[in-house]
Amino acid sequence: MTMDRDFRGMMTSIEKHQLQRVIEHLQELGYRTVGPQVRDGAIVYDDIASIEQLPTGQIDIQDGGTYRLQTDIEAGWFDYVVGPHSLKNYLFPPREPIQQLTLNANGWHAETPDLTEPPVAVFGLRACDLHALAIQDRVFLEGPYVDPQYKARRERLVIVAVHCRRAAATCFCHSMSTGPAVSGGFDLVLTELDDHFTVEAGTEVGAEVIEHLSHTPCTPAEIERSRQVSLDLLQEMQSRTPEGDSPRPRQLETDGIRDVLMQNLDHARWDDVAQRCLACANCTMVCPTCFCSTVGEVTDLTVEHVTRERTWASCFTGDHSYTASGVVRPSIKSQYRQWLTHKLATWIDQFGSSGCVGCGRCITWCPVGIDLTEEVAAIRGEGT
Amino acid sequence: MSATSAPSVDRLNPWQPHAARIVSVMPEVRGIATYELELELPEVREKYRFAPGQFNMLYLPGFGEAAISISSSPDTTGTLLHTVRAVGNVTTALAKKQAGDQILLRGPFGSSWPLDQCRGQDLVIACGGLGLPPLRPLIYEVLRRRSDYGRVSLLYGARTPQDLLFTGEYAAWRQGDIDVDVTVDLGDEQWAGPIGVVPTLFERLQLASERTWVLTCGPEIMMRFVIQEALERGIPREQIYLSMERNMNCAVGLCGHCQLGPAFICKDGPVFRLDQMEPYLHREDL
Amino acid sequence: MPARPKLGVFKFASCDGCQLSLLDAEQHLLAIAEQIEIAYFLEARSHTDEGPYDVALVEGSITTPHDAQRIQEIRQKSKMLITIGACATSGGIQALRNWHDVEDFTRHVYARPEYIQTLATSTPIADHVRVDFELRGCPIDVGQLIELITSVVVGRKPRFPNESVCMECKRQGTVCVVVAQGRPCLGPVTHSGCGSICPAYNRGCYGCFGPKENAQPLSLMQHMHGQGCDREVLVDLVRNFNGYAPEFRAAGDQFEERSAGT
Repeated sequence: MTMDRDFRGMMTSIEKHQLQRVIEHLQELGYRTVGPQVRDGAIVYDDIASIEQLPTGQIDIQDGGTYRLQTDIEAGWFDYVVGPHSLKNYLFPPREPIQQLTLNANGWHAETPDLTEPPVAVFGLRACDLHALAIQDRVFLEGPYVDPQYKARRERLVIVAVHCRRAAATCFCHSMSTGPAVSGGFDLVLTELDDHFTVEAGTEVGAEVIEHLSHTPCTPAEIERSRQVSLDLLQEMQSRTPEGDSPRPRQLETDGIRDVLMQNLDHARWDDVAQRCLACANCTMVCPTCFCSTVGEVTDLTVEHVTRERTWASCFTGDHSYTASGVVRPSIKSQYRQWLTHKLATWIDQFGSSGCVGCGRCITWCPVGIDLTEEVAAIRGEGT
Repeated sequence: MSATSAPSVDRLNPWQPHAARIVSVMPEVRGIATYELELELPEVREKYRFAPGQFNMLYLPGFGEAAISISSSPDTTGTLLHTVRAVGNVTTALAKKQAGDQILLRGPFGSSWPLDQCRGQDLVIACGGLGLPPLRPLIYEVLRRRSDYGRVSLLYGARTPQDLLFTGEYAAWRQGDIDVDVTVDLGDEQWAGPIGVVPTLFERLQLASERTWVLTCGPEIMMRFVIQEALERGIPREQIYLSMERNMNCAVGLCGHCQLGPAFICKDGPVFRLDQMEPYLHREDL
Repeated sequence: MPARPKLGVFKFASCDGCQLSLLDAEQHLLAIAEQIEIAYFLEARSHTDEGPYDVALVEGSITTPHDAQRIQEIRQKSKMLITIGACATSGGIQALRNWHDVEDFTRHVYARPEYIQTLATSTPIADHVRVDFELRGCPIDVGQLIELITSVVVGRKPRFPNESVCMECKRQGTVCVVVAQGRPCLGPVTHSGCGSICPAYNRGCYGCFGPKENAQPLSLMQHMHGQGCDREVLVDLVRNFNGYAPEFRAAGDQFEERSAGT
């Protein structure tokens, strides 16, 4: 959604249950509403119709290779951080047809399928998610060629974001300058205070939604308290230190990181991580910026109807770098190195920013707990 | 060098293929044939322009796409040539096609040889095996505007004399004042030419290094040695260009397969100036 | 269109489940029969054609001297030989005998063990003859079988991504059972193709599609052991339907040795 006028400072206060009206109003406007909810021991995104579905009172304890939900009576509606899903699942779906072909008397007829799905409104996105979205926009919309399906979905997307009040140990947005405060790219952003939300609109759509709510202008004190939420968390993240058995808080030194990695392509640490890495590709699947895909042919037995299907792909397979003269990156060492150097180094050359937003998903959802912040620290020569 | 979208590719829908008719199939050498293609729709055909070094995605529905360089003259309108080795899933299926059959294609994609920058200069075109077809459009362009360039040498090699491509054209190229030096790895009874790898052919050249441009395409190991020979002879890095091969799936920089260091080979390449590739060229499995 | 390719389906030591997958392909069966001639398929028809065959689908592992001979004959009669299922591809569950003394088993199971003619090991087809393609799974996936048959008919490479089960889990949005629940799961080291059924039902993958490329089960097992999972559970997990596949076999043996050492 484009920023037509400046809405900053237009902060209003709503009762928490007014969020139900937000869901309903967006549904009335024809949006598919998607939000966080508990499923199979994690907080995932799925269709949401009621605020009862939100993971209120749940927090997530995350560490390398582990994720556990905990009930916390003091926790609010959005005090978990990020789960295995991200916005990528909705704008760049795991599987989608990009061409449909039919063989008729004159030969092949090829067409790009029309998007018939309703527009999506996603609730509960965080600062890191919105930075990841901006990065995927650069990939799919801002190069010499544009991905038509991504563009169609993106133009109609509505975002209801939330300022984080809490960070998991695996979060390091403070290192990547991507959070914890939501700084832009939203239609609405919520700050959770004790018994109400303060709401800020970022677009006309967001402002229009607020108009349909029972809301009161924020007092200067409420505005101050809302701003302080992210500032407090930022300060907390910057001063976190390891404590007892608690998961170690992550951070990443980004200073000169491009050259550090590209000048250390033969570092012994690549061999070390290759002993542990399973090349299972979970990190690339959960990463909200990873955009690799493969287009394959889905046919009937007679090959008269063909769907060109695009699926999420990963640099952690031999197929990914297959050429007629062989597989370019056959080893786990070369695959992990490609992933890390692309994410943190060559991404900067390609798109002007790091490919990492510090969400920590790759650390948590690695089945053997490989932690990119540790790998970088080791390559920098900092002891681990 | 950086790619701009071609008029025959919709910037907003790069997946849409165009139908083409196979006009003729010319067997070249063992396992390699040249396909002459005509885009079926007149409006697509008329808009279609390419520059030497660019490629198309040839598409056989049900089999998939393959990135294949264009081997015809950019000055020819109407039909396109692709010289293809039957080696993978798509190219093996293509080898079963014949004149009159339909295939689909998207393109042209990628960067091109620096024909304009090296105007007035000497050229060394060094290629091996199937590295010649991506350079043939350039050879045709040089022949067409021969007086625009200084000395032009083609250094070409293949495994055996039976693997040499386009042998029927060498005489015309020589007549057009291109020095054609050909070598093979393994000779036979009839072979009277040099034996050895392409880089060794540099010894036969009299180079004015400051005004010589080297354009190379072939196996990476061959290109590495060509570059070494060129640098040893004092040819400036900015005047050495190479064409790279990687797995290309989308051809438009969206799928991530063809990355090498910071480059997407499909949209930033396949043709690169040496300094863009040099940090990554001498390494395995990047 | 040339004559329909002739297909033979052959059974060795196995449960027949993979062959049945072909019959399970109900809505595709007629279309398949139009494209290929089923020349030998005892599960489906009594008429048999003694070959030669364009394609042989081979189910089961080699466990008897007679079968060791029979697979040679089938190979000679077949242009293309494709193994279907875990038994044919890695020896199957019956390859658990390879860690033990088979005569000890026959003595305990059969009243007259002297009538039993069996080999000391259960081995994959590829240990005996050249195999052109392997279709994984216990049982195989019907969708993959149709894709394989289509590919053979059309002459293309089948679309079987060489990747982990995890990639399918993530595409489906399934929450990882290892990370979120600490359940033992072989998904990260197992070849995809099943559609990640077990994790979708909150169970760990037991590796029935066998090891994926570059599989490192030992790293996974060590990590899970560090998370509190018993060594015995992990060895049993990897020594299962594909326990005799080289990567799983080595990891199970090494892990067992290490536990013996500690």
